[in-house]
Amino acid sequence: MTERETVIKVENLSKCYRIGLKENMHDTLVKSVFNVMKSPLKNYRKYRSLYKFDNLSPNSDNNNPDIIWAIRNVSFEIKEGEIVGIIGLNGSGKSTLLKILSRITDPTNGRAEIFGKVASLLEVGTGFHHELTGRENVYLNGSILGMKKQEIDRKFDEIVSFSGVEKFIDTPVKRYSSGMRVRLAFAVAAHLEPKIVLIDEVLAVGDIQFQKKCLNKMQNIGQQGRTVLFVSHNMQTVTRLCPRTILLNNGSIVADGPSPQIVSVYMNSENATRAENRWPNLDQAPGDEVVRLCAVRVRTEEGVITETMDIRKPVYIEMEYEVLKPDFIFLVYYHVFNSDGIRIFESIENDPSWIDRPRPAGHYVSTSCIPGNFLSEGVLFISPSIRTLNPEIRRLRVNDAVAFQVIDSLDGDSARVTYIGNLGGVVRPLLKWKTRFF
Amino acid sequence: MKNSMKDSGAKLTPGTIIKPRAGWQFIDFRELKEYRDLLFSLALRDVKVMYAQTIMGFSWAVLQPLVQIILFTIIFGKVARVNTDGIPYVLFSSVALIPWNYISQTMTQSTQSLVTGQHLLGKIYFPRLIFPLMPVFSKLINFGISLLIVLSIMLYYRVYPTTNMLFLPLFLIMMMLVPASIGLWFSTLAIRFRDVQHLLPFSIQLLMYTAPIIYSASSIPAKYRFIYSLNPVVGIIEGFRACLLGTPIPWPYIWPGIIVGIILFISGAFYFRRMERIVVDVI
Repeated sequence: MTERETVIKVENLSKCYRIGLKENMHDTLVKSVFNVMKSPLKNYRKYRSLYKFDNLSPNSDNNNPDIIWAIRNVSFEIKEGEIVGIIGLNGSGKSTLLKILSRITDPTNGRAEIFGKVASLLEVGTGFHHELTGRENVYLNGSILGMKKQEIDRKFDEIVSFSGVEKFIDTPVKRYSSGMRVRLAFAVAAHLEPKIVLIDEVLAVGDIQFQKKCLNKMQNIGQQGRTVLFVSHNMQTVTRLCPRTILLNNGSIVADGPSPQIVSVYMNSENATRAENRWPNLDQAPGDEVVRLCAVRVRTEEGVITETMDIRKPVYIEMEYEVLKPDFIFLVYYHVFNSDGIRIFESIENDPSWIDRPRPAGHYVSTSCIPGNFLSEGVLFISPSIRTLNPEIRRLRVNDAVAFQVIDSLDGDSARVTYIGNLGGVVRPLLKWKTRFF
Repeated sequence: MKNSMKDSGAKLTPGTIIKPRAGWQFIDFRELKEYRDLLFSLALRDVKVMYAQTIMGFSWAVLQPLVQIILFTIIFGKVARVNTDGIPYVLFSSVALIPWNYISQTMTQSTQSLVTGQHLLGKIYFPRLIFPLMPVFSKLINFGISLLIVLSIMLYYRVYPTTNMLFLPLFLIMMMLVPASIGLWFSTLAIRFRDVQHLLPFSIQLLMYTAPIIYSASSIPAKYRFIYSLNPVVGIIEGFRACLLGTPIPWPYIWPGIIVGIILFISGAFYFRRMERIVVDVI
């Protein structure tokens, strides 16, 4: 196999913003003229400071409170044909990075080099005008995205049929439903032929049917040797589409590697979501004088604690607790929620040896097994609870104590088979099918 | 951002280098040429959108200048009886009104171009110069229609083109250059100071009265002539009048304005290129 060429090369890229920009910029001309007259030199310096950062280096740890490094010393390389996801919390610099690579804004330091034609899709339908017809908007939007007129002429029919709004193509876009508008806009974007595509969450819009179509189209983009840089909040989309992911935090790259691994790092970086939650100090553990929770964890069959689970493998949920007062009958259970907040199921400990039986004081570990090929892909949150039944009192409950990510494979032996689009549903069982041929 | 576009065969892909820009830069004509399809699409959008959802549609482009010419003729020609050096007032004012309308409309739109286009500004890259240059082209359509009206008035008065017409392209270029340079200077200011949009209407009105549109430049005392002619609009109006009506071209009124216009344009281009890089960050 030949060495693939580097198409995006980013070296020590940094961008800083001066906060309090608004105070520095005078709201009215009169004010600014007045200020200029009052102290011309000071004003000039102040004004220059908005876009001059000569004495600032992203390396030095200067504690200038006005300065925010949106991205700081970011370096990476992307090879031809790679599909790379960029994830991170809000404000981690994802969008700034994309804006610099799209040349919308200049970096403060460092450099980036891009080899090949770039299409940046920071939103769908950039430049759409509601008074113009669908046809006119296709031409306008196409040329804004960098297509030549003949190129649009050539692809026009294909674009329109992809969007599915053929009937309304000569109607002003203001009479379109928002879904139709997005479809037409995405259809234009999907027919660009650049070497490199920069995308910022454009898939977050549109109906499910169309999202599937777009995902498939994007998948094709990768297969045609195109390089895609994809900024997203949606872990499922990233893990499914991008073999490689870059994780940003506070403007710097925290991790860069295979997506499942990076997604797991990301989940860990948020305090609330991790595969293990322990309360080493019993006095501060959730619970009361009867029972206290010591730990909750998510692990594999082999006992490895992990945030990312293969959809085909069973998931073990473990609750560790200390019974402080004897002779109570316990109900040990947990709820499972998905990231939309839907309660998927509840599960109660049903070990026959403890059903309706008062327990002596001591340390207990209750483990349950969620079978493989049952949960849907996505992030799942576990909320453990313990009750006593004599009298019935809820002794403890911890909301979202642990979380893990279920990742669907594309190997063909999960419920998704080989379909790459979005699959709905809160569970994803692998059912037995039989097709007879006559 | 410097563009190190090398067209060295199909194998070597051109690399775009993104890095902090330093110093003053002039217009990157090569890049602008790459984006000319976009410039014309956006200009066309402007024209289409202007008359969208009107009953009269495109006939407004004819009606507006026509009504204006009639009004001016009645007020300044019949009522105020402005001295026109013997030219029928309809002709005298209409040949001045059409370049003036173009200049004032283009100036307004060009200055506001970054403000009205700020949603595009933050979402996609194309040469920022396209924003202030867009109206320079889109307004040419209206100008062309008005020019046809004036030509028909000329025919009615049996004023036929002379060799002076050969100089018309010079004044056409100046007519486009002057509002373009105002746009270059003030569009980046307008996005930072919203005062500009309030200042603009009466600055333009003031400019109209300082230019020989309703009166003749010859009524200005000779000793003020040079200072008066530093206003590039003066030269354009006088030039149009002489070219279309065949009167002698008053070069002393024209040269100072041309020089000022060129200086304004070049300095404006440098200033715009200097400011465009921070515009996105201060929207």
